[in-house]
Amino acid sequence: MLTADDKKLILHVWGKVGDHQEDFGAETLERMFTAYPQTKTYFPHFDLHHGSDQIRAHGKKVVNALGNAVKNVDNLSQALSELSNLHAYNLRVDPVNFKLLSQCFQVVLAVHLGNEYSPEIHSAMDKFLAAVASVLAEKYR
Amino acid sequence: MHQLCQGEALWGPDSSEMSFCCFLCPPAAAKLVLKGCFTCPLWKRIKADLGSEQSRLATMVHWTAEEKQLIASVWSKVNVEECGAEALGRLLIVYPWTQRFFASFGNLSSPTAIIGNPKVRAHGRKVLTSFGEAVKNLDNIKATYSKLSELHCEKLHVDPENFRLLGDILIIVLASHFARDFTPACQFAWQKLVNVVAHALARKYH
Repeated sequence: MLTADDKKLILHVWGKVGDHQEDFGAETLERMFTAYPQTKTYFPHFDLHHGSDQIRAHGKKVVNALGNAVKNVDNLSQALSELSNLHAYNLRVDPVNFKLLSQCFQVVLAVHLGNEYSPEIHSAMDKFLAAVASVLAEKYR
Repeated sequence: MHQLCQGEALWGPDSSEMSFCCFLCPPAAAKLVLKGCFTCPLWKRIKADLGSEQSRLATMVHWTAEEKQLIASVWSKVNVEECGAEALGRLLIVYPWTQRFFASFGNLSSPTAIIGNPKVRAHGRKVLTSFGEAVKNLDNIKATYSKLSELHCEKLHVDPENFRLLGDILIIVLASHFARDFTPACQFAWQKLVNVVAHALARKYH
């Protein structure tokens, strides 16, 4: 359950993400494809080389969606309803991969925020990303 | 699904290379899955035929020279006491249910209490020191952790999922300390290492 403190911390972190959405998104995906090569199986149609335009565009999309989730943290189910449909009926990404993306996004935040990525913030983000993953997997069965 | 490691078989873009997503089981096993031989007994028989030394070699984790170098290079700069304390502290904070194993540690009532708790710090240091044994013995992690695996099963009763959780936390701690130096290739090598350690610690469970 996301507490009021968690939500405050999440908003604070999102402030830090600021204008870096595209960079953070691209780096998250690149790390995910490198650290967990099995995730590449969902992108056979992509150019997966470092710096690829497709990765940048898709990374931006992913982080924007997370930003939308942050803005609607009190109503994730509704805010992510369309994305939830997409993942359940079209993309059908196995939910284990949401955890892998979450790990890599948190690595990116840790790389860029260093000590500022405190244990409290780490905890709040991990919970938030798990909540998002849960909503995305909601309609799978 | 490969019964030994519960891993998904992956194949390369032209179906020529095969491996498992755990990176622990050899490609030969992946080929068996492709042929439809999903059952464990077949793999066990092949292992028996191969003989124990060969099957040990066949199931050894393969580290490239680059991976070994990335692991050693990061490790040489790690302050084991600080990093261990931080990793264990974060485990207890981010996944509070892990506190169940540390009822005797005293005050774990808040992140500040946990981070400052001397027992947490000491135990974190102990855990990461033990991790260093894996770094020193990359080619023999299974044997290195054999006794510890038995201990965690028989005496400590720790669900192996916790080893994976701690491994992921360690990666984030390393990322926050090393920033850009913790490159994607670094992360890959270290995710592989924490997976292998978790696997080795779970191996003697019964």
